Amino acid sequence: MLLTLVLLPILPALATAAFGWRPSVAWLAVADAACLLAGGIWLAVGVVDGDTAYFGGHVLRADALSAFMVLVIATVALLASWSAVGYIRTEIADGHTTAGAARLFGLLVPAFIASMVLAILAANLGIMWVAIEATTIATTFLVGHHRNRPSLEASWKYVIIGSVGIVLAFLGTVLLSYATQHTGPGAHSTLDWDAMRGVARHLDPAVIRVAAVLLLLGYGTKIGLAPMHTWLPDAHSQAPAPVSALMSGVLLSVAFYALLRIKVIVDLALGPTFLRNLLVVAALLSLVVAASLLIAQRDYKRLLAYSSIEHMGLMALAAAIGTPLAIAALLLHILAHALGKTVAFLCSGEILLAEGTTRIAGVHGLLARRPLVGGSFGLALLALLGFPPFGLFASELAIARAGFSANMGWVTAAAFSLLLVVVAAVLVHARSMLLGEADTPSVSPTSARGAGVPLVAGLVALAVIGITIWPIERLIGAAAHVVAQ
Amino acid sequence: MYSQLLGLAGGVALVAAVLALWRRSLLAIVRILAVQGLAIAAVALLLGVHHHEVAELIVAAGVLVLKVGVIPMVLSRVVRDAPNQRDTQPSINTATALVAAAVLTVIAFGATRRLVDLAPSPESELIPVGFAIVLVAFFGLVARRNALTQLVGFLLLENGIALVALVATARVSLVVELGAALDLLLAVLVLQVLTSRMRSKFGALDLDRLTELSD
Repeated sequence: MLLTLVLLPILPALATAAFGWRPSVAWLAVADAACLLAGGIWLAVGVVDGDTAYFGGHVLRADALSAFMVLVIATVALLASWSAVGYIRTEIADGHTTAGAARLFGLLVPAFIASMVLAILAANLGIMWVAIEATTIATTFLVGHHRNRPSLEASWKYVIIGSVGIVLAFLGTVLLSYATQHTGPGAHSTLDWDAMRGVARHLDPAVIRVAAVLLLLGYGTKIGLAPMHTWLPDAHSQAPAPVSALMSGVLLSVAFYALLRIKVIVDLALGPTFLRNLLVVAALLSLVVAASLLIAQRDYKRLLAYSSIEHMGLMALAAAIGTPLAIAALLLHILAHALGKTVAFLCSGEILLAEGTTRIAGVHGLLARRPLVGGSFGLALLALLGFPPFGLFASELAIARAGFSANMGWVTAAAFSLLLVVVAAVLVHARSMLLGEADTPSVSPTSARGAGVPLVAGLVALAVIGITIWPIERLIGAAAHVVAQ
Repeated sequence: MYSQLLGLAGGVALVAAVLALWRRSLLAIVRILAVQGLAIAAVALLLGVHHHEVAELIVAAGVLVLKVGVIPMVLSRVVRDAPNQRDTQPSINTATALVAAAVLTVIAFGATRRLVDLAPSPESELIPVGFAIVLVAFFGLVARRNALTQLVGFLLLENGIALVALVATARVSLVVELGAALDLLLAVLVLQVLTSRMRSKFGALDLDRLTELSD
């Protein structure tokens, strides 16, 4: 079962390898993502009561937290690959992409999704690291998809900063294993998460402190926490829209998941204060960076990228608070942000294809000229800013409540004041893009037929989990229990 | 004898990291990287022979192939393909580089004292050396603005981590090691493709020309 989930996403890559990129293969990827979602739901039903599923001894393992993350990956993959069908077809038709680049796209996206699922289901923190590092390699060429100078610059920064960050995480992982080796007579080194949690209270605090800093730096780079965020706006703005959606919704979330697994071990060894202080600093710094760079932002894809940094900062705050309520809110926030950011990036792709620019000043009157894309973009932005009825409203409210009830009122207040700056900045930019007179007639009247379906589906899902978190409430509760016992 | 040889190999690896800080010739820097890889393979070999561990011997062979053979070969091809760019302008002079390396080494030894105290042995004495290599390589990585020196800086850093991984975990999971090596190899190949694309688009490996993306 678990092995199927890891292997399932590779199927479209095999099809692409055999037939090249073509619409039927792209639709296979959509169907495949739907199967992954179904598998994720099945897994979730099995582990929602606190059970843990294993495969091959302790090679793969899944608890409620893993099942929840599989659902996040599958949902984003479904929306992104659905939208990619039309996106790549339009790009080829417009001459922006060659058949070779489309083929590479069809090979690398499934490889990316498969290694993300492996990172979630790996029982061993070393394997988890290998899988997350592998995504760096898969996504580099996806960032450089357009093969022009800016995208080359973005992929260079991405791979150098990402690789350095992730090898620091490897050093931290090695030190964790070193610490488990010296917990007492007869102890041997392990990176198995269950085994580590078992001996966590006996780990040497000094070693774990060094390891925790390295792991936070390493996975923090992948998450895009300031000050290691510098690759993120470039990579997200240069990648094709479906890839931006996958990176923002899946890659950042999975890196955060890795940090949560680490946090369990570190908190057991050191108590919650050490990591909490580091996370609070990273959270506030990320929010400051995002807020200050959103104010004068000129590019709408970069705007979405800085919004990702903002949300990662907020999640770091929730992780710092660390109570069961805060962790549940954090998980809901991961899902809601993934959905909202996916819809926003997919809309940005439609806007770019239609308008031919990513400059905010180059787009006017979107709502009047393209009601579907413009409306979805506007709603997705409102959702990302935390307006009801969408899921982020519920999760941000819960993070604030958790912060005030955990005696972290000042930090929480500071964070939410920075959010107000973000709201104001994004609303100003959104107004100039969506409203106002259209000074140029639209280039092509409508985008590809059916392009709106994944956008609307994503927004509906986001509203459903905002109004009633019924379908996933128990799962989130069980998953939060894994992190915050 | 065993601990002296271990210390020697660790010392060679650290000196290589410092040398790479201020050498100008790209080909020489690639050669330094290969020497450092050799030192790390020697550490793995010593560990394997001393503990009679077959797994360590396999790791030693893997390190030899990857870090002394394949990666330096790929990199020297990149250098040879750029005939008029075989030298780089170091943005730091030799004296500054050496002082920085000395300071970073002291910091590394100070920060990892507790790690050695946890299990004093000839092997764990090399943990601070590995950390020093990581810090020195990181300094070189941020101080130089050439695509190839950045790439070598990353690989030197990775070598430092490989050294720590070798001496810190006596029984490494071979699967993890293998996965890490595969990732490293793929990363180098990706970077090689990027450098060749960079040369065809920008005509140089000078990263100061990467200025189109900013806020």
